[in-house]
Amino acid sequence: MEVGQLQRRLVDYTKSLLTEGILDDQFTQLQKLQDEGNPGFLVEVVSLFFEDSEKLLNDITRALDQQSVDFKMVDAHVHQLKGSSSSMGAQKLKNACVTFRSFCDEQSMEGCLKSLQLVKQEYYDVKNKVETLFKMEKQIVAAGGSVPKTE
Amino acid sequence: MNPSNGKGSMSTASSSAAWKAGDVVPDQFPAGLRVLVVDDDPTCLVILEKMLRACLYEVTKCNRAEIALSLLRENKNGFDIVISDVHMPDMDGFKLLEHIGLEMDLPVIMMSADDGKNVVMKGVTHGACDYLIKPVRIEALRNIWQHVVRKRKNEWRELEQSGSVEEGDRQQKPCDDLDYSSSANEGNWKSSKKRKDEEEETEERDDSSTLKKPRVVWSVELHQQFVAAVNQLGIDKAVPKKILELMNVPGLTRENVASHLQKYRLYLRRLSGVSQHHSSLNNSFMSPEATFGPMSSLNGLDLQTLAVTGQLPAQSLANLQAAGLGRSAAKSGIPMPLIDQRNLFSFENPKSRFGEGQQQHLSSSKPMNLLHGIPTTMEPKQLASLHQSAQSLGNMNVQVNSHGAQSSSLLMQMAKTQSRGNILNESAGSHLPTLPSSIGQPIISNGIAGGVIGRNEIGDNGRGTGYNQVAQTSSMLSFPMNHTTELAGNNFPIGSTPGISNVTSKGAFHEEVNSEIKSSAGFVPSYDIFNDLHPQKSQDWELQNVGLHFNASQNANPVQGNFNASQNANPVQGNLDVSSSVLVHQGYSSRQQGSGQNRNISAMGRTMFSGLEATGQGNEQIMDQLLNNLIVDTPVRVKYERFSDTSSQNALFADPFGQEDLMSALLKQQQGNTGPAEPDFDFDGYSIDNIPV
Repeated sequence: MEVGQLQRRLVDYTKSLLTEGILDDQFTQLQKLQDEGNPGFLVEVVSLFFEDSEKLLNDITRALDQQSVDFKMVDAHVHQLKGSSSSMGAQKLKNACVTFRSFCDEQSMEGCLKSLQLVKQEYYDVKNKVETLFKMEKQIVAAGGSVPKTE
Repeated sequence: MNPSNGKGSMSTASSSAAWKAGDVVPDQFPAGLRVLVVDDDPTCLVILEKMLRACLYEVTKCNRAEIALSLLRENKNGFDIVISDVHMPDMDGFKLLEHIGLEMDLPVIMMSADDGKNVVMKGVTHGACDYLIKPVRIEALRNIWQHVVRKRKNEWRELEQSGSVEEGDRQQKPCDDLDYSSSANEGNWKSSKKRKDEEEETEERDDSSTLKKPRVVWSVELHQQFVAAVNQLGIDKAVPKKILELMNVPGLTRENVASHLQKYRLYLRRLSGVSQHHSSLNNSFMSPEATFGPMSSLNGLDLQTLAVTGQLPAQSLANLQAAGLGRSAAKSGIPMPLIDQRNLFSFENPKSRFGEGQQQHLSSSKPMNLLHGIPTTMEPKQLASLHQSAQSLGNMNVQVNSHGAQSSSLLMQMAKTQSRGNILNESAGSHLPTLPSSIGQPIISNGIAGGVIGRNEIGDNGRGTGYNQVAQTSSMLSFPMNHTTELAGNNFPIGSTPGISNVTSKGAFHEEVNSEIKSSAGFVPSYDIFNDLHPQKSQDWELQNVGLHFNASQNANPVQGNFNASQNANPVQGNLDVSSSVLVHQGYSSRQQGSGQNRNISAMGRTMFSGLEATGQGNEQIMDQLLNNLIVDTPVRVKYERFSDTSSQNALFADPFGQEDLMSALLKQQQGNTGPAEPDFDFDGYSIDNIPV
């Protein structure tokens, strides 16, 4: 595929992610930041995010697995996940965290478990999509083009 | 970011003024702004760092609050602003906020994904200069320089207004004049000053810090003008505004005058009679509003003790009690339980003890007395050890101190950290982290807690450590001039910033007060300051407290006025604001900013130190408070007056913790002072030379 096409695809894809709410404007901001002279920035941040999130998800899973669940701790983890996903621009994931937190407040075991499922789902979803996005970018660069900025 | 833009937008004058002495190149401002970012979330941390770099700021990131604090401590002038997350595993963001406010007086921006009103409010009350909701956008970060400028500008303005001090000299002058402006103080004061110091500052002297805090140096002539104006108006009617008008000194602000007035009043009280002071001291103890609610009752106790010990005339005792009770009403929220009362009581005892032993204490680098009230970071254990002398208080204090200890510790820590090499630092340092949180929080929330804590600490031997720290602080204070700076700035690591800063200021303040007293020695007011106490609680408190302080200091510190130690807490006059606000708060809750004050009281305990830092205004208050504390248990009292000034307000809110710390510091002081605080208000102890000029 030629560069122009790749670029268009990328733009469309990014737009769709935004429309769906998988990603929000914050992500666009980060992309812009990268453009300002630090090419590996976004990838670096996203990797960090994934790493951190997975760790958090594990912690949450483990916490919910306890005999006596410490909802406050679960809430703290979820809050953290909420913070980083919002900083990343992972909107849907962030919203899932918000819901999760309300179940933590209620100390509803069932609600928490369900929320955890949802959060995990959203997480993997956004992870896949962003990784796809990066792949597309790489392709463009490999084809000699430059990554188009998202409007 | 366009550096030129940045500069242009900020008041160039102020920026250049503020950065006069060797500051970061103003021309590029805000580029090059040194930001410290603290967030346990690695993703956010990296993103923020990137954004800040994009704004052309110099960024240092760390993911742990402890690391951040040590970075800040090692490099006091290495940062211009701190951005911190609220939720962190190792230390609550608000605690960190308090610490920073107390110790370094840097602007702190809080941020969180949590945008609940309560959390934001907490940020405000803890003294954050801004609150950002995550995700943080770069646009929000572009303007953070405004907080830095604002702070500097305020400080600078104060200096300018003082008129008697030149920018460049300012820093030096105050220092030179005051004995306590020894290098030790400098360090402490500086940091504390930054925060609240709008006016005098002995601390600021450090030019190295990019923040120049303008400090009003009360030169002899200026002071004489002041005194003349006061006499003309009549001490009872002398209000800062009118005094300012009469003095007609360009560049002098009402805040400057107000804080100076506080000190002066204390001085007068001292002159008018030690006994009176005692009563006032007691009152001050009681006054701290919320915290002193119970205190008042304590005060009564203390008063009695004092009376018995001869320190407090029975009458004053009654007065104090009345005052204390009256005051406590203001803050009745104060959690000062009975225990506090006992603490107060114990303070009293130690007082007598201090009378003789204080000097020893002081000299023995166990500054307990002065800072008794000041909760240094010392942990309860430490406090306990500190307060060995105040064993009598031990029981009570310990209990009450739980909080207090913390605050004390905080204070102590602060003091410690502040005082270069002060004893306090040792203990405080370690305890800081723990304490601030405990203190800060209780203080703020309880308002009283802070105050109480401070007190407890002092009285409580159990807190030993607390005391020690305090003591240390006091010792610092004992060097009226020298220590204050130290104490003020550094020693009060007390978590919450406000508190911390306050404390330091207190130290300075103390000195200032001393100096003031000295200078005004000739002015023994004809009116009975103590009389005023009752009716006017707020105002009188201050004076009374001051008086007490002085006395106490005198006794306590062989060095200069016993209270030097306490006063030392605020080497910078400005610093006292916080503390004073805290202290005063207790007494004056009603007076001042009412709400603010209440907070202060609790904060005072905590902020005893912070008060010290509270620049200018705060300092005075703090000093007052400290003084008060020293003398009796009413650390709070003194400060209250000062708070009426804007500074106090700032102090109050700015460092909720600080104030509390101060209070504790004050309390400590009082306790400490009780010993030596014999009603000797002889000014001899305070050399007039110390008057910060």
